[in-house]
Amino acid sequence: MKRNFYRIIAMMMLLTLIAACAPAPSTSPTQAPEVPVEASIPTCGTEPVVLNAYFETGFDIPFKLAEEFTKQYPNVTWDIKQDQFANLITTTPLLLSGDNAPDLLRLPTMVTFAKDGLLMNLDGYAAAFGWDKWPVPQLDQNRVGADGTRGSGELYAMGLNYSLTGVFYNKEQAAQIGMTEPPKTLAEFDALLAAAKEAGLQPIMMWGSAKSGMGLAFPLQQLMAAYGPVGPINDWIFNKPGATIDTPENLLAAQHLENWIKAGYFPADINAIEYTDAAARFGAGEGVFTFNGDWQNTGYDTAMPGNVGFFLMPPLEAGGAPAAMSAPLTYGIATKAKNADCAAFFFNWVATNDEARIINVAIGGSNPGGPLGAMMPAAAAGSVTNETLAAGPIVGAAGNSMDFIANATSAIFAQGWTPELQKMVGGEQDAAGLLQAVQAEYLRELSQ
Amino acid sequence: MKNSTNISSSELVSNAAAQNPVRRIFSRGKIRREVLTGWGFVLPALIMYAMFVLIPLLLSIYYSFFRWNGVGPMTWVGLKNYLTILQFPNLLGSITNAFKLILYFSLVPVGLGLIVASVINRVAPGRFGAVARTVLFLPQIIPLVAAGIIWGWLLAYPGLINEVLRKLGLEVLTRAWLGDFTWALPSVGVIGIWVLLGFCTVLLLTGMSKIDPSLYESARIDGASWWAEFTSITVPLLKQEIGVCLTVTVINALAAFDIVWVSTAGGPGNSTSVPGIQIYLLGFSQRSIGLASALAVMLMLLVLIVILPIQRLSRETR
Repeated sequence: MKRNFYRIIAMMMLLTLIAACAPAPSTSPTQAPEVPVEASIPTCGTEPVVLNAYFETGFDIPFKLAEEFTKQYPNVTWDIKQDQFANLITTTPLLLSGDNAPDLLRLPTMVTFAKDGLLMNLDGYAAAFGWDKWPVPQLDQNRVGADGTRGSGELYAMGLNYSLTGVFYNKEQAAQIGMTEPPKTLAEFDALLAAAKEAGLQPIMMWGSAKSGMGLAFPLQQLMAAYGPVGPINDWIFNKPGATIDTPENLLAAQHLENWIKAGYFPADINAIEYTDAAARFGAGEGVFTFNGDWQNTGYDTAMPGNVGFFLMPPLEAGGAPAAMSAPLTYGIATKAKNADCAAFFFNWVATNDEARIINVAIGGSNPGGPLGAMMPAAAAGSVTNETLAAGPIVGAAGNSMDFIANATSAIFAQGWTPELQKMVGGEQDAAGLLQAVQAEYLRELSQ
Repeated sequence: MKNSTNISSSELVSNAAAQNPVRRIFSRGKIRREVLTGWGFVLPALIMYAMFVLIPLLLSIYYSFFRWNGVGPMTWVGLKNYLTILQFPNLLGSITNAFKLILYFSLVPVGLGLIVASVINRVAPGRFGAVARTVLFLPQIIPLVAAGIIWGWLLAYPGLINEVLRKLGLEVLTRAWLGDFTWALPSVGVIGIWVLLGFCTVLLLTGMSKIDPSLYESARIDGASWWAEFTSITVPLLKQEIGVCLTVTVINALAAFDIVWVSTAGGPGNSTSVPGIQIYLLGFSQRSIGLASALAVMLMLLVLIVILPIQRLSRETR
């Protein structure tokens, strides 16, 4: 019996060796078929259509938009399935390659799916609907080049809206430390943080547990954009050949963050705080400032009505242009989708229909994007959404919007930024080491 | 008289056992039937085992020699994935952490379980013993994810454990247990002890109940202390049970995933990262199926290397 057991193990080892010596199976690259550019603009027609959709659990926007769409186009009904974002990362390839491929789905990442021909190339639709004439940065993040870099190339996804990041603050506590208007330079911001510490307040509330990913990536990237141009940061995120995060400007930014950590501006237990805990603790008055994005607007408004303000991260020198992370809420169409035309029509409707734009702002709190001069809905009075919506065009005009450094590769956040920034909090990593370690991980992941 | 084709399988088995070897050689038809019936019984289980264990195992080994994202074309890379694991401290470090977890998931529960079981066995065999056994075993039936979340709350900076320390005037000891580089792994270990202690205690108690009481009686007549009884009678006679406990808990430590994932997700700074977490991140987040498979194969080999000697030791004749 036992001998047989060893024999099986020996056989398994032998098989391993055989497999190691066997030649690789022949492989053939696949390519996404391009949507034929039609003379007429695609629609949902008049026949009954059931849109097969896959949405992200926990976010109401797509569901409300779908509901309104059916109200306006009664021949279109929905078969909506939903899942958590983390699960979508694992299931998307199966969904896209399956028999019942979705007409519309939330995309956690896109490069590999685009390269594998699983996502529909939307350039034909962009030309038909005139998306390519929208203000430029909107579509760039959804473009994938032939070499697998993002930022330019063919269009594989559309944003239902466009988020914006910056600094949220507790108005009461900010007044307490003498802040009468948002800081205009990084030095002014530093002075406010010091004043908050002095006053015995928690200067910045932030999350850092590996369970939700290290939130210090937000202030770090904002500091990077204060010290240097956004171009090289975006190149790195879009995996442009030769791009590096380990630059002299970024080193200054990382050192600045390290000084904030050493000054005790972040909670002592940051490495164990999850995203929802940080939002709740900020909402309960723990933290003068917090770095986050406009997707949290509704949450902040509910916790502290009328008491939450927003400003863009101030530049290094007065008069400089502020920068911000801004990312589309990305949705795509499967190559094998049965109702691609209708799904594309839905994308166009979301950005151009007044009712859809009102829903987008009221529920999502983010900018609905779309063509130049499209109606911009107003949020409720006293809502922080008014401040984030006003900040969007400032970043847009300066051309200073960035994608997230956490999105450079699918695992750079979990395997690079989170552990290395946690080490920095624990005093086990310095600014230079942080950038080197993340760059090494980035190269390892790209080589895989 | 029965028709030979009508013989039931149980009769066949008993008939076969009764026949002498010489006669068996001459009745080949019967033997073939016997073998076929045997296979018939084994086949359903074997098919399931092959489908859900053997084939995935062999496929993992196969994938570990490729660069593959799970959907696109596969590229042959030979042993490169294995070299990558050895080169990157994050990946190699996770294996080191798994060995550290053996202390908490295996040695402490088995050691403590022996003591607790012998105390229950000696001092409180009645109702109190039954209650103690149930309480200790409870963590086994609570879903680990729920337990992990509750432990996360208890160990949080504003959590109950720090609150108690503050009340006791031990403010200096308070910390974010799961976010502290020194204490995160021991904290995860404590959760592991909590989960596995009951399992070991109950298994060892069952073993103790099989030990002949007269052995203890004669030892007591000779004036043996509790400790002497424990080391000379209890432990040696529980060798097999201890072997089972060690095997199960060591596998729990080396292949840990759920407890770690829900309490720290490997943080802070990979200080509680274990191969299970890395395999998940590599496979499902990074979509490096080849690299994830290579780490999984290495983990399997490590488990075998550690488990086989334990198995051998505990199987030795008493």
